[in-house]
Amino acid sequence: MSTTATALSHTQIARPTRHTATIYLKEAKYEFLKNLRLRVYTASVISFPLMFYVLFGLVLNSKEAIAGTSVPTYLIATYGTFGVMGASLFGTASGLAADRGLGWLQVKRASPMPPFAYFAAKVVLSMIFSAIVVSLLLVLGISFGGVRLPLTEMAKLIATLVAGSLPFSAMGLAIGYFAGPNSAPAVINMFYLPLSFCSGLWVPYMFLPKLVRQIALALPPYHLSQLALGIVGAGRHESAATHWEVLLAFTLICLGVARIGFQRDQGKLYG
Amino acid sequence: MISTLEEMPGIERAGFGTVVASLEGVSKNYGEVRALRSVNFTVGAGQVVALLGPNGAGKTTAVKLLLGLIQSDSGHARVFGGDPTNLQNRMRAGAMLQVGRVPETLRVREHIDLFSSYYPKPLPLEEVLAAAGLEKLRDRKFGDLSGGQRQRTLFALAICGDPDLLFLDEPTVGLDVEARRMLWEEIRRMVDRGKTVLLTTHYLEEADALADRIAVINQGAITAEGTPAEIKAQTSGKRIRCITALGVADLLQIPGVNDARQDREGVEIHAREAEPVARALLARDPTLSGLEITSAGLEEAFLALTQDSGASTDRRN
Repeated sequence: MSTTATALSHTQIARPTRHTATIYLKEAKYEFLKNLRLRVYTASVISFPLMFYVLFGLVLNSKEAIAGTSVPTYLIATYGTFGVMGASLFGTASGLAADRGLGWLQVKRASPMPPFAYFAAKVVLSMIFSAIVVSLLLVLGISFGGVRLPLTEMAKLIATLVAGSLPFSAMGLAIGYFAGPNSAPAVINMFYLPLSFCSGLWVPYMFLPKLVRQIALALPPYHLSQLALGIVGAGRHESAATHWEVLLAFTLICLGVARIGFQRDQGKLYG
Repeated sequence: MISTLEEMPGIERAGFGTVVASLEGVSKNYGEVRALRSVNFTVGAGQVVALLGPNGAGKTTAVKLLLGLIQSDSGHARVFGGDPTNLQNRMRAGAMLQVGRVPETLRVREHIDLFSSYYPKPLPLEEVLAAAGLEKLRDRKFGDLSGGQRQRTLFALAICGDPDLLFLDEPTVGLDVEARRMLWEEIRRMVDRGKTVLLTTHYLEEADALADRIAVINQGAITAEGTPAEIKAQTSGKRIRCITALGVADLLQIPGVNDARQDREGVEIHAREAEPVARALLARDPTLSGLEITSAGLEEAFLALTQDSGASTDRRN
């Protein structure tokens, strides 16, 4: 308690705000470069949603419609949610688990790095890659799927989905604090893939079995996808406020779990 | 711990000859394992101090306490007279730790650029690259570096902020002889620039080559402390070789024998003093032959010193 207070007062004495801002920027820049060059990350995070979209949205069902919306448009919202989840979970959890488990985070913690800069960089990275995935889906849909959306709706869709990166970044931090360095990707997929399916990101919600549809209502990706679908006119007309509230509550729970992990690490026994 | 402004004068006081890092009665347990047992230990400004001990002796624990990465169970770890986690103090320290994995897709100069940004007055990139011998590797990705080059990059990250106090945890472990000597040169250059260095190592040779003062640590306690010459004097033992009918168990019964080992050509015995042991040997085995007495090498002497306090365990450091 008192350590937090002293740390804050020291930040003010020791480092001008502009310098702190520079550190945050650099941390985010290098986190971005690091992941951009990491083929495992870019391949799984960007290629998979795009491949699914091309296959199911452009090649197979492009002339169909769901809930009065063309399939290519509908699937931008759902695969967009799927892409955002992947970018955020892999952008935070796998790096954090490896850095924690293999000593790199200790080197950073021993340095005068502002601790929050490390986490902020991962969240910013997740948001940037989320924006990239959604934008690429839009480009594909417009170019090859006859998707026609007003600019304001496109901007709203991107903004919503990028904001939707936050709950899953928080979830990634929580996973990163409890998964081992090598098992993290497997643990992420254990959550990522079933959550995606049950939330109607692969198979549209109305085609899911009844039981799964009931489960979906409790799942955060369902609520984000409904927000995105609402923008393109294919939502289930539930209250947007409720969707946001669920996502906010989920974010707070995940941050709480991550915080437990963070504090456990402070008194860490290993190494 | 709570004081902030009160600690500031301590920073100014830390001129030459003052204590810049200290463990004061520090104990640290990891569950059942007692990693450190009321350790007292100081590092003076401008000194190179080596913490010398076998794996699992508690060296890394001591460094982590001084870096504020872990908390002691009792006692105090201080740097520059204050809390190691204090940002002011962190800005004056650099650390090279044992790391399992470093982000591999960033280039050497990018890693240095990022770490430099954490410090108020970092060294220019060129200077850091030169000091760590990395000029030609600046654009290389970390994942493409050899073991020695990786260690040099970690060293560069430790010095890039131009710290007054440098922690080097087993800096040359896993390096070949040439790479090790190169890193020694770089460490000496830091010392020439007036930096204080705390080094951990399990090589007596390394501690001897670099340190002004050596603290020998074993099983969580400091067992000897002094200049390299003093430590060597304390540890200097004798090595006795002979061919004898006595078994190793019998040999270990002889007072003054630290260690005995059977090999193809005979037995090798380590003892603090040779004469009483030789006398006992000759008395117990009239058939004994090939008696040979030499001074033990540095590493053997060190082994003898750390084995005095009992069998080593598989303790984690």
